[in-house]
Amino acid sequence: MKKPVNKLKSPEQRKFERERRKNVLLSLSGLVLFFVLWEVLVDTGVISSRALCSPSELVGTLLTKLVSKNPDGATLIVNMLASLKLAVLGFLIAVAVGIPLGLFMGYFKAFDKFMTPIFEILRPIPPIAWIPIVILTLGIGLGAKIFIIFISAFCGCVINSYLGIKLTNRTYINVAKTFGASDWQIFTKVCLPSAVNMIFAGVRTALNSSWGTLVAAEMLAATSGLGYMIQMGRRLIRPDIIVLGMFTIGSIGALMGLVLGRIEKRIAPWRDR
Amino acid sequence: MQQAKVKVENLTKKFGDLLVLDDISFEIKKGEFVCIVGPTGCGKTTFLNLLVKLLEPTAGRILIDGEPADPQKHNISFVFQEPSAYPWLTVEQNIRFGMEVKKLPEATIRQRTDEVLGILGLEKDRGKYPRELSASTEQRIVIGRSFALHPDLLLMDEPYAPMDIKLRYYLEDQVIKLWQATGSTVLFITHNIEEAVYLAEKCMILTNKPAKVKETVEIGLPHPRDIASKEFVRLREYITQQIKWW
Repeated sequence: MKKPVNKLKSPEQRKFERERRKNVLLSLSGLVLFFVLWEVLVDTGVISSRALCSPSELVGTLLTKLVSKNPDGATLIVNMLASLKLAVLGFLIAVAVGIPLGLFMGYFKAFDKFMTPIFEILRPIPPIAWIPIVILTLGIGLGAKIFIIFISAFCGCVINSYLGIKLTNRTYINVAKTFGASDWQIFTKVCLPSAVNMIFAGVRTALNSSWGTLVAAEMLAATSGLGYMIQMGRRLIRPDIIVLGMFTIGSIGALMGLVLGRIEKRIAPWRDR
Repeated sequence: MQQAKVKVENLTKKFGDLLVLDDISFEIKKGEFVCIVGPTGCGKTTFLNLLVKLLEPTAGRILIDGEPADPQKHNISFVFQEPSAYPWLTVEQNIRFGMEVKKLPEATIRQRTDEVLGILGLEKDRGKYPRELSASTEQRIVIGRSFALHPDLLLMDEPYAPMDIKLRYYLEDQVIKLWQATGSTVLFITHNIEEAVYLAEKCMILTNKPAKVKETVEIGLPHPRDIASKEFVRLREYITQQIKWW
């Protein structure tokens, strides 16, 4: 006899869905509470509207800035695209250079000894401190701005990839060794996959840093971009423009973090399933 | 007379002034299952690490088929005490790992992987990751991975130490099945004398540190063994007496 198809969900599935609904509700409540509190603080005058706009005013400015170039000379979309180009290029170059560098430093002792002193001197220098020397060497064009973002994102990639290799479980390496694996096989088949979690943590840090440095990079004679928009808002004492710029940076950063999470799940499916 | 598969000659290991292994010599025939027992801390793990070249001996040598042991040349597998299934590989990929390192032909890899998965009863879990399975299953994957290579020498360092007695017998039976199916030469370290008598054809008793081979006991019982049989109990008690250093 054919078994009837059970369309009912199992107790585990129901529990999982209940838990998920609860979590979504909690996250939404947090957001709503945040905006309501902010609105009340500004509307009641606890925080001066000259210093901070209210969320409702922010929505108005957002809708206006979608089509209007005022007061900074570019629409929000143009500013967003200009900043995205900068942040993404700087970030991608940092990832492309930083991860292999960190991995090789972590695995090859001689390369580690060669690179570490240089890296340790460069690492503590804040990205903003590079601005004057970057102006003198690269000018104030796109290359200079990308370089500033690259510098800010680079260190996180190197350090995490390096640690990812260094923290590889010794037993995993010994297993491969006893199978007769070559150094290269141990690096690619054991250390590299074992370092994936740390590498992604580094990439996340790099992403945050590249967005964080955007405002500083766009101080270099920009004519558009979210950082530039924030600067203009400050000059014109327009807190709504400043907050809109900040909010857009935050939202795009969060969105990119989400995309990164998806990529991570695809590349490292063994982590949670 | 059967030729020696593994020959250990005057093996000595010192860590600074501390003499851990003192002039150990023995031979293992092809396809033999040998258990090494000895007091806790006598240097059993150091001994295995020397056999797979994770450590260099202070003196002496280890020969496999008459040549100095070299993991890159010989098929050697090691089952460590710690969990060592690669978490980023599925059950099937873990079983394939050693064979892929050795660059065996794909058809052989597939055939042996299926065989090992069949013996271990893990066919339905072949696509799962170790974290989705129990600790004992993870250890079964590791043991399967080692046997799949049909190693010249398989070393096992107390692989069942953290498991309860019922599970141990189950896993020990699986090891015997794999050993019989692959014809590998096995060197199994344990501090559990009952386990040694249950598994081994030959039981090597080490002395307290600095370790020497005190005695080699032949266990002439057929598999599967009855742990309540008179001979089994006699051998277990004899080895227990021999191991005492106090």
